[in-house]
Formats: sequence, structure tokens, C-alpha cells
Amino acid sequence: MATFIYQNLLSLILFSPVAVILILLLIPSSMHSAIRWAALLGSLVPLAFTVVMWSAYDPAVPGFQFEQRAEWYSAVHSSYHVGVDGISVPMLLLTALLVPLGILASFKIDERVKAFMVLYLALEVGMLGVFVSLDLLLFFLFYEVGLVPMYFLISLWGSPSGERDLGGGRKVPARQYASFKFFVYTLAGSLGLLMAIQVIAQTLGTFDLPELIAQWPSFNQDVFDGISMGAVKTAAFWTFTIAFAIKVPLWPFHTWLPDAHTEAPTAGSMILAGVLLKLGAYGFLRLVLPLFPAEAAAASPLLATLAALSIVLGAMAAYGQTDFKRLVAYSSVNHMGFVVLGIAVAAWAAQVSDPAIRMSATIAANGAVLQMFNHGLSAAAMFFLVGVVYERAHTRDLDELGGGIWQLAPVYGGILIFSSMASLGLPGLGGFVAEFAIVRGAWPVFTLATAVSMLGLFFTGAYILKGVQQVLHGPRNEKWSHHPMEISLREVLIVAPLMVLILLAGIWPAWLLTMINQTVLRLVG
Amino acid sequence: MNASTLAVWLIPVPPLLSAAVILLFTFRSRWLSHTVALVAAGISLVLGWSVVFGALGTPHFADHPLAASVDWLPTGSTALRMGVAVDPLTVVMLFFVPLACALIILYSVGYSNFGKTLDAHDEVGSPPHNGVEPMYTRFFAFLSLFAGAMLLLVVADNLLLLFFGWEIMGLCSYLLIGFWHGRNYADPHQTTPRQAAVKAFLTTRLADVVMLLGIAYLYSETGTLNFREIFFNPELMEKLVATPSYISGLAAAHMIGLLIFAGTVGKSAQFPLHTWLPDAMEGPTPVSAMIHAAAMVSAGVYMVIRVFPLLAAGAGHGGSPVLAIMTVVGSFTALFAATIAVAQNDVKKVLAYSTISQLGFMITALGIGAYVAAAFHLMTHAFFKALLFLGSGSIIHGMEHGAHHSHEHIDPQDMRNMGGLAARMPVTHLTFLIGGLSLAGFPFVTAGFWSKDEILADALAHGHTTVLVVLLLAAFLTAFYTMRQIAMTFWGAPRTESAAHAHESAWTMTLPLVILAFFAVTAGYVGVHHEFPVLGHLLGSNPFEHFLMGALPAELEGFSFSWTPVMLSVLVGLGGLLAGWLIYGRRPLAAGAADPVQAALGPVHTLLGNKYYLDEFYQAAFVVPAKWISSVFVSRILDRGIIDGLLHSLARLMMGIGSGTVLFEKWGVNYVPDQLADGVQATGNGSRFVQTGQVQTYLLGVVVAVLAMTATLLIAAR
Repeated sequence: MATFIYQNLLSLILFSPVAVILILLLIPSSMHSAIRWAALLGSLVPLAFTVVMWSAYDPAVPGFQFEQRAEWYSAVHSSYHVGVDGISVPMLLLTALLVPLGILASFKIDERVKAFMVLYLALEVGMLGVFVSLDLLLFFLFYEVGLVPMYFLISLWGSPSGERDLGGGRKVPARQYASFKFFVYTLAGSLGLLMAIQVIAQTLGTFDLPELIAQWPSFNQDVFDGISMGAVKTAAFWTFTIAFAIKVPLWPFHTWLPDAHTEAPTAGSMILAGVLLKLGAYGFLRLVLPLFPAEAAAASPLLATLAALSIVLGAMAAYGQTDFKRLVAYSSVNHMGFVVLGIAVAAWAAQVSDPAIRMSATIAANGAVLQMFNHGLSAAAMFFLVGVVYERAHTRDLDELGGGIWQLAPVYGGILIFSSMASLGLPGLGGFVAEFAIVRGAWPVFTLATAVSMLGLFFTGAYILKGVQQVLHGPRNEKWSHHPMEISLREVLIVAPLMVLILLAGIWPAWLLTMINQTVLRLVG
Repeated sequence: MNASTLAVWLIPVPPLLSAAVILLFTFRSRWLSHTVALVAAGISLVLGWSVVFGALGTPHFADHPLAASVDWLPTGSTALRMGVAVDPLTVVMLFFVPLACALIILYSVGYSNFGKTLDAHDEVGSPPHNGVEPMYTRFFAFLSLFAGAMLLLVVADNLLLLFFGWEIMGLCSYLLIGFWHGRNYADPHQTTPRQAAVKAFLTTRLADVVMLLGIAYLYSETGTLNFREIFFNPELMEKLVATPSYISGLAAAHMIGLLIFAGTVGKSAQFPLHTWLPDAMEGPTPVSAMIHAAAMVSAGVYMVIRVFPLLAAGAGHGGSPVLAIMTVVGSFTALFAATIAVAQNDVKKVLAYSTISQLGFMITALGIGAYVAAAFHLMTHAFFKALLFLGSGSIIHGMEHGAHHSHEHIDPQDMRNMGGLAARMPVTHLTFLIGGLSLAGFPFVTAGFWSKDEILADALAHGHTTVLVVLLLAAFLTAFYTMRQIAMTFWGAPRTESAAHAHESAWTMTLPLVILAFFAVTAGYVGVHHEFPVLGHLLGSNPFEHFLMGALPAELEGFSFSWTPVMLSVLVGLGGLLAGWLIYGRRPLAAGAADPVQAALGPVHTLLGNKYYLDEFYQAAFVVPAKWISSVFVSRILDRGIIDGLLHSLARLMMGIGSGTVLFEKWGVNYVPDQLADGVQATGNGSRFVQTGQVQTYLLGVVVAVLAMTATLLIAAR
């Protein structure tokens, strides 16, 4: 039994949500409570397997672990090849953790409960699949699988009110605008990705990622008539980069994010910010840097510049919002900018042999992965907490909320301040360690971009305090005093695991970094 | 790890744990909560002082400092280590920080009206009128966290752990300045506590992000952040001075020094980032004492004293530009803030500006290389300023009681409403007098005299004449406004009914005053110049200097005793006090009478009273534009207008290429969601969705778009 589990661990993680979906389909749609509990308990299964994998993962062993390979699509030389390393393990843990929390956060949903839970778990399969895939076609498949459920989650369960002006007086419901924009924008990015993947696979005759990584960067034959291999590689690199830049999202490809995050239901926002954005950053680390080291190095100054712009303009835009959820949404642009800054440093180092620069790159890349994990925790917590107040007040407008809610909800206030401080990057909580590592790594390489980013870090403080002040501070708000504003026990149970992990990651980051570092060293070092 | 290093590790732990315990478990019991906080502070005090006296009893302690660390951030083949260390400088800090913290927490028991019942009129989030503080337990949790963060900063052996304590204190000051977050004033222009809290956090954060760059820079140049590993490694220091920085003409050491010093400008409220500190008076008074004496602002000065070898690096060849800038900033701030203090009427605001001014003294001292004097003044200032703040809290408490009794609606913090409190609050009066005289530098008796004199003597001995003149002026003003404050508050007849009905505070408040008053006098005797006639020898030949010099890699050059600075100190100290007494003491201010200085200074007084209109300038020059850029330019013009506008145009173009613009409304906006709303199986929908012929047409358009974008980017990247 134990051997079976260990040998098929990743497949068990990946397909246990599918089994849960099948069980859910058997439950009659009217039995809402049964569906909710089945989904929640079922989602704990992949989490349990992930924890097993976490504890069995050995950071000292180089390469991928828990590898599995099976025949799949032999006609195009694609196989079912999965495995994990120190970058994917934290992402898997994050995904497997956030899904049950998201399901628990959705217990108040009453419309089409079954469809919601099925889609949510389908989304989990897509995300888990990306993080375990070692086959390019498989990667792409899972990458796209996540899109469809998310589209429906936003368009069907998103916020019911709100309109978006398309200009010229044409208005559409905001959640439809947002879901459509999210879907088409991401799809537009990945279509180029699909073409590039096919070009690469066609050229080398395989989709297997480790093989591609070994061969593609040094492959130099002109196999296409009239087009040099260098041009092909450059074009492929850019399609990859644009696809992932949209997903991260990197400025100026970010405008789908505030719309999608704001309109999505709470659980959807938690996963969107918590995991889906990381797919983009993960794509950079897993595919772009190993497959296109030279092209990435050449483009890294541009990436760093866009990252700095994301950090600064994302923070400023967040500060400029009056909608609490939009403010939190923009904070993702700000925080993910740091991830890309770290990745840019890692990309730059590929062409440099100076050990000091490579050391900086290692630190920056460590910080980037850590930031992916920590932002997943804090962003999910923040979106959840916005949801808590929205569920009660039915408004997210900071002016309408009017402050003075701390008196009505003291526990909620404490939790909101804790999570806000994690998002702000307070030392002792998760975000700071990662940001420090990225700033330290980026400083000697992209000095100006790093210095400019500090302006963003300042505005991070500004928007976080603006949110806290306009929700909590002020004289006791009589407008809401007849509503039960305080957070419920169920809701505390959702946010508590996130808070514990945030604190743990801030005080003792080594439990994550020993794992991340070994992999990053092989990637950069 | 042996017993002593374990004790060092444990010093910051009890208050940090106490904060968590109060917030999570004991928050329902007021008694239990303040007991937890007090016991925790007490344990830290015992641990801290055991380390202090252990160190004082160790011969050549400086050569064998306590240190222990662990791997914390494994990156690459090395790891950043986190640890604690105790050298002579830490010993000095450990002497006064835990003591002041413990006393402030004890004082808060009385200050928050423990023992009284909740007043039915009191609102959570506003100061209590006469009942117990509604957020009593929360207050002790935050104070504990504050104390824990400061102790963490003090025992840190590296700049990153120091930054941990530094930032957590920033959070605590934010939480505590805005503690009465629900408070509103009748005057809409008066800064509310919640506004003051945000201002404090953001102003210091502006400085902190710059400091963070300095830390990152130092780490990338040296590969470590451990103080001793950097400062006691001459080769590394040489390298830092020899390496050019990103700014031409500036060595790496100096650029790092400037970046790090920026942190102190924010934290220790130096010009031009000092404006948050006076507003921080909106917090409960124990918090002001915490911020002004025991923790926050002391941390800023402590940090620059700690990294002094780096700031002074290369001073041998051509002087350190960092020290020069510190001298200018510090001495300007010392005088600038002192002038403002003269025209303030709020009892706490006077003290706030006096803090800024005194911190300026310390920064100047460090700038001219008076390392020992800076630390000495930091210590004596912590005692007398904690005393003065707690004393002012006692005054306000007494006044509030009087106002409650007489049903008067007056500002209990305005000194023009006071007078005659000496007879009603004798302990507060006597201790405040001691603290005030120490601040004013009353000769030969008070601690403040000895430490200030040390700075002035050093300035004279090393030929910094301009600095000396500026500091003398500031010292004169200090003595003047201190006497003004004492006279207006305690002497003469009560100017209001409230003052007439004021009464002495509870023992939990007066006991800390008495203890602090003892140190506000005696703390100075450890640092008297060793050549000072009679006293120098009698007091052990300056044991403070002798001990503290060990914290530096190389001893600084001392100077011989001279009577000139002593006489100048005596002259400005006594002169200022006398001037103050002549104007405010001899003929006490009558009720409703104008301040005599106001008439004499005219418009200058208005300028000073309005703090040189710096807040208004910052508002117009930075805050308003930042808000506009964020909410209008970035959010609306850039994101919604330009970027989304381009996207929409692109989308419309693609629709045109696809199957006509109608498609968007028909398919994208209405068709799919409408179909789905019928509640058909979601998975089935997924596949149908892809099979729609229109989608393929649409995707074709998308492919074209991607190719166009790629081509554009490729061309742009050339």
C-alpha cells in the first residue's frame, strides 16, 4: 500500500480531485449541504497526498522526484511524464491548501452549488497538472484546462451588480466583461505559446521537457527554409514570454487582472491571486529560463524594467482605488512585479560568469519562488477578508463602508491587520523575506530598477494603510451596527491556516528555502 | 550555546509572547492581561540586567562579547545567519531599555484607569472620560509587542534582525498612535489619531525603504550583515572605502552609509522627515514615552551609533561625507526644533519638539565623531524624557479629572489652561522639575548637563566652532522653553477650574516617575570627563567612556579637559532657565492673557507656532500630487484610458476581421452566459463551447493579434 502510494504519488495528487468530481456528479443537485461537505472532504485528499509528498521529498537529491512516465500520445511523441522539484513542491502545497479553504469559503453559495464545486475542483486539476508536468504538451493542456472553469466561475458566480462602459455608451455587465476579458486575453497569449511549442517539438521530435531542456538551447541547425534558427528561437521566446507575462501579469498586460479579480466570487479570487498568477511565473522558471537562456538574458533588462513598472504603477493604482477588492487586486500586480524582478536577475546571470553576480541571481531566484508562495498565502487571505466584509455589507466601496467597523468586529479587525501587514511586507511575516532576497539579488544587477521599485514598496504601505483605515478606523459605524459584522468561526478556520503559514514563513523561512534553494542552485548556479 | 547567550536570546521573547497571549487568551481579563505584560517585562528586565551586570563584572568584556547565531536564510551555497550579540554598546542599551519599558507598562495600569468601571458614555476607540479604558487589554498587548521589538533590535547581531525590530516597532507605533482610532475633533483641521498614525507609518516607511536598499547594498558588497564581521574586519572596511559606488565620487561605504542613515532620519525624526513626531502625540501618553524615550526614536540613534564604524569609514583620508551630512542635519534639526518648541502651548507638543531637538544633538555628536557622547546623551535622554512624558501624562490625567469634576470643556493638554498644579500634584511637580532641569542641563547635578556638556566639549576640542555655536543656541532655547513649560504648568495660580480641581495620580503612575527621576540625576555621573577637577577622579575616571570604547574596532582619540565648554554649558543652561523664569515664572501668566513672547516676536511667533508651515508645504507638494497621480493618472488615464482603450480597439479590430462587430454582443456578452444560466451540465458546456463555429473564427482573429503583437515587440526589441 505504502509503496503504491509513493510510486504513484503525483498521479494520486493529480487525479484525486477528478475522483471527487465523479462522486459529486452522483449526488443529486438539490442536496446542497451534502455536495459542499463532499467537496470539502474530498479536497482534503489531494492535500493529504501533497503533505505526504512534501515530507518525503529530499532536497539533497538532484533533479526531479516522484517521476512517473506512461504512454500517452505517442503519435506526436508526447507522453504522460510527471515529476517535481523544489520549485513545484511549494506550488503544489499552496494549491492543495487553497482549494479546501476556497471551498469552505464558498459554503454560502446557494446557486448551482454542484456546478460550482465541480468547476472548482476541475480548476484544481488544471493547476496541479501544470506544476507536475514534465511534458510540454501536457503542460499546455493543463495550463488551458484551468481557463475554462475560471471563466465560468467569474461569469456565473461573480458579483451580480456593476457595469463596465466600453466607450461610446455601450455598457456590459461587469462580470461578463471581466470573464470575457480574462478568457480571451489569456487565450490570446497561449495560442502563440501553442504554436511555439509545436515548432519546438517538431524540430526535436519530442515533447519531453527534460530532453528539450537538454537539447533546445544548443540546437543550431536551420531546419526551416529561409528562416534562421536564431530567429525561430527569438520568436518562440517572445511568444512564451508574452503568454506568461499576461498570466503573471506584467505591466502593461495587467488590466485584465483588476477586472477579473474584482468580479470573481471570493473563492475564485483566492485561487486567481493565490495560484493562477503563479502559473505565469512558474512558466518563466520552468520553461523560459531553461529553454531560452540566451534570449532571456538578452531580454532581462526589459523584463526588469517592466517588473519595476509593475511594482510602482501597480502600487500607485492600488492606492488610487475606492473599491476595496480592486485595491487588493492591484496589490497583486505590485507583488508579482517582485517575482518577475527576481526572475529577470536569474535570466541575466545565465550569460555572466562572475560568481558574485551568480550569487545575486541565486538569491533573487530564491526570493522569487518564496514570493510566489508567500503572495499566494497573503493574497488569498486578503481576498477572503474582503469577501467577509462584502458578504455582510454588500458593498466594497471604501467610502460607502465608511470605516468604524473595528468596534463592530474586533476579531475581524485584528485578522485584517495581520494579513494586511503580511501583504505590506512586515518583517516577521512571509512577504518580507522574499522581497528582501529579491531586492538584495537585483540591486547589483539592475540597480536603477531596484531603486525605482522602492517607490512601489513605499506605496504598498500607502494603499495597505488606506484600506485598513477606511474599513476599520473611525468612530463606531452606526450604519452597520445592526448587522452581524464579526467574522464567524467557519471563516476564522479558513484564514487561520494561512496566518500560521505566513508567520512561519516569516520567522523561519528555512523550512521552505532549503527545498527551493537546491533547485534554484541547479537552475541558476 | 551557553547560559549567558541563551539569556540574550530570551530577552526579547517574553514581551513578544505576552502580546500573543493577551490577544489570543487573556483578553477578557484586564487584571490578567496587565499582569502578563508586567511579568513579561519584568522577566526581560531581570534577564537584561543579569547580562548587563555580568558584562560589567567581566574584565576586558569588550574583547569577548557574547554572541550566538543560526543559519536563517539558506541561499546558494551559503546562508544568512541570524543571531544575537552583546557588546558594550548593547550593555548600555540593555541597562535602560527594559527598565523604561517595564516602568511605562506599570504606569499604563494607572493611566488606563484600572480599578474603575466602564463608563457607560465611553466609546470603544475613543479615550475614556473617567472610567477604565475600553480597549484596556489590547493596549497592553501592543505595548508588550513594542517592548519586545525594541529589545529584539537591541540584541540583534546583524542589520537584518535589527530591521525586524525596527519595522515591528513601526507597526506598534502605528497601532498605538492611532489607538483611539475613533476619535474625532470638533475642528476638522485638527489631526486625528488615525491620521497621525498613518502619517507616522508612511513617513518612517519612506525612510525605511531607502534603508532597505542600504542593507541590500551592504549585504551584496560584504556577503554578511553581521556587525562585528564587517566592522572588525579591516580588509573588508578598506575594500568598502576603495570600491566606487553607483554615484560617481562616492565610495561604496559612503553610499551605504547614506542609505542607512536615511532610516534614522525617518525613525529619529530628523529634518526634513520630523513632521510625524509631533502628530504622534495623538497617542495615549505612555505611548509617547515609549516612542520618545525607550524605543522608536532611540532605535534610530542606536542604529547609527551601532554602524558608526561604517559611517566613519575613510574618515582618515579626507573625511567621511556621511559624517559631514549627519553633522549638518543633526545640528540644523537641534536648533530648528528648539525654536518651534518655544511657541507651542500643548504640554506634549513642547516635549515632542524637544525630543526632535535632543535627537539632533545626538546625531550631531556622532557626526563630529563624538561616539561616546552620543551614546551617553541617548541614555540620559531616555531617562529624563521618559520621566517628562510620563509626568505630562500625569498632568493631563490630573487635569482631566479636574475637568470631569468641574464640567468644564477645555483642552486638558493646553498649558494656558493650567497653572498652580504644584500644590495639587506634588510628586508629579517635583519629578517633572527634576526631569526638566536635566533636559535644560542644570549644571553639575543633573544627568542631562553631563551628557550635553560632553557633546559641546567634543565639538570645541575638535574645532567644530559653527556646530558649537548652533548647539549652544539650541541649548539656550531648550532651557528657556523648559522653564516656560514648568512655570506655565505648575506655578502661579490655577487659570481654570479644572486646574484648581486637579489631583495627584495613582501610585502606579507616580512610582515610575520617582524611579526615573532618580536616574535622571544619577545616570550622568558615570560619564564625567576623567580630568574633571575632583569629580572626575571621585566618579571613577569616566567608566562609561572606558567601557563603551570597547565596542569600537579602534579607540577614538580623546581630548583633554577644558573649562571653556563647561562654562559655556553652565552659561546657556542657567541663562535659558533664568530668561524663562523672568518671563514666565516671576509674573505668572494670568488666565486669558497672551503669551508675552508672542507679542515680542510678532509674525515670527506665528511662523513658529505653525511649525514653519512645513506640513502645509508637504501636503501641497507631495501628498496631493501623489493622490492625483494614483487615482487619476495611473488608474484612470493610463490603465482604463490608454491600455484598456488599446485593448478594446484591438478587440474591435479582431471582431471585424472575424465575423462582424455584432458577434461581440451576441456571443461574448449574451449568448454563452445565457445558455449556461439554464443550468446545463457544466462539463458538457465546456466541450460545446469549443465546438461553436464562431469561436474558431474568433480564435483565428486572436492568432492574428498575437502575431501582430509579437512582430511589434520583436521590432521594438531590436
